[in-house]
Amino acid sequence: MDTAILVNLFYIASSILFIVGLKMLGSPDTARRGNFLSSSGMLLAVLITLLDQNIIDYKYIAGALFAGSIVGYFAATKVKMTSMPEMVAIFNGFGGIASLLVGSAEYVSGTFDNPAFLGAIFLTVLIGGLTFSGSIIAYGKLSEVISGKPYLYKGQQFVNGILLIAIFLVGINMLFFQGFISPEELLILLIVLAFILGILFVIPIGGADMPVVIALLNSFSGLAACAAGFVILNNVLIVAGALVGASGLILTNIMCKAMNRSLANVLFSGFGAAPDATSDSTQEQGEVKPISAEDAYLILEAASSVLIVPGYGMAVAQAQHAVRELGELLEDNGAEVKYAIHPVAGRMPGHMNVLLAEANVSYDVLVEPDDVNPVMETVDVCIVIGANDVVNPDAKDNEGSPIYGMPIIEVDNAKTVFVSKRSMASGFAGIQNPLFFKPNTRMLFGDAKETVSTLVSEFKG
Amino acid sequence: METQIILLIFVLVLSIFLGVELITKVPSTLHTPLMSGANAISGITLVGAILSSGSSEIVTIILGTAAVFFASINVIGGYLVTNRMLGMFKKK
Repeated sequence: MDTAILVNLFYIASSILFIVGLKMLGSPDTARRGNFLSSSGMLLAVLITLLDQNIIDYKYIAGALFAGSIVGYFAATKVKMTSMPEMVAIFNGFGGIASLLVGSAEYVSGTFDNPAFLGAIFLTVLIGGLTFSGSIIAYGKLSEVISGKPYLYKGQQFVNGILLIAIFLVGINMLFFQGFISPEELLILLIVLAFILGILFVIPIGGADMPVVIALLNSFSGLAACAAGFVILNNVLIVAGALVGASGLILTNIMCKAMNRSLANVLFSGFGAAPDATSDSTQEQGEVKPISAEDAYLILEAASSVLIVPGYGMAVAQAQHAVRELGELLEDNGAEVKYAIHPVAGRMPGHMNVLLAEANVSYDVLVEPDDVNPVMETVDVCIVIGANDVVNPDAKDNEGSPIYGMPIIEVDNAKTVFVSKRSMASGFAGIQNPLFFKPNTRMLFGDAKETVSTLVSEFKG
Repeated sequence: METQIILLIFVLVLSIFLGVELITKVPSTLHTPLMSGANAISGITLVGAILSSGSSEIVTIILGTAAVFFASINVIGGYLVTNRMLGMFKKK
């Protein structure tokens, strides 16, 4: 049999492994095996590619594979779960730059008479480049190397428009007119423009919206690989790239829905850039009722159903282990304990679930807002730890609020609400939260970890 | 050439629909491992990188070898960290 056919048959096999692997990620019971299958698919694709007869020298491939694997291994084993968003962001960037380099390598060694081939190269370099520079900015914002504040400037739309026109012209030139400037210069120009586009795309977006950006860049890294597949006419790149592209787009959509905002609004509005006039800080808010951990314990001891609503503040305070211990003590005390997790809690989709899983919270007690909101009246005590905007009743009641219409966890319907909070400062969105002034709300001021630890010691007491 | 491109576009369209069907079934609990796992899969560009790195022209080799380096970080790091995370998901 022809080797080309054999190679393609193996590529089909590895595509199947990717697909089945992703399907098995649909349940926590099978997810780990799914990931293993997917990685076997990758191994198979790489091994069969190494058999290619056109490969002249293996030493560079071997060296780069080895070096990359070492870096990847240390990154994966050392990263803290709280830093997961940064890691995914930078990895998206690496995927993008790898596709850009593949496209460039094909361009410099290829022929310049086939518009389909050149068009695929153009897309690979463009998407790969903007994924790379955009991911670096996202990484910088998440790790707070650069400010997480949305950065808006005058004439932004105009600059973006000029940039897109320039990219379009470079594309036309690349596809149809050779000899205007040299192919190498054209390629370098395209790479530079793609990098600038990526930077300008992420810079205006605030830290709170980074989950959407990472999901979108994740999708782009897949699309870049997909475009590279059209450059080298390889089906496994197209299948795998398309799967990743679809995955990123769906997550982007889920995040946007959870914030009740359109993708365009997230990308271009610079949410939270200026203090909002509609945040009614002047309005009579009522009285804030603090409670001591000792008194909170007495109420918790009598509760038969408790709902814990964690936000990113819980992870910042490193309180997740204390929270899990409290949850176990409550269960031993006969209460039913659940954790309600809002889709935008944490800094990337599903981040909070991973942080709780790391603290040994069983995944079957993690519930979504839609599961818990209808039965909120039956909850005796709701403990809000480090969450703010996702429990803000203004999202339902106040049409003037910037977050009006955003799906929330309706903790104000529970019989009693405890809010653990450092101070009365507002959340990411910078808006006031009327929950703190409701008659059934009690504030547990202080560090989340200390507060929860005090509750734990009261129970053990 | 043209028929091959049309076939590949066909593959692309079907894969996107399949991807949408598969991913919508993933529960929100697993969205972070899904992203890092998908991230590892996007390292499939490694296949193209290996072919470039094994070429005979010096510029292509340099670009291809750099691509192999970045793509293998993506692949190895992505799968390992996904495995590490999924190992934490336990049921009582």
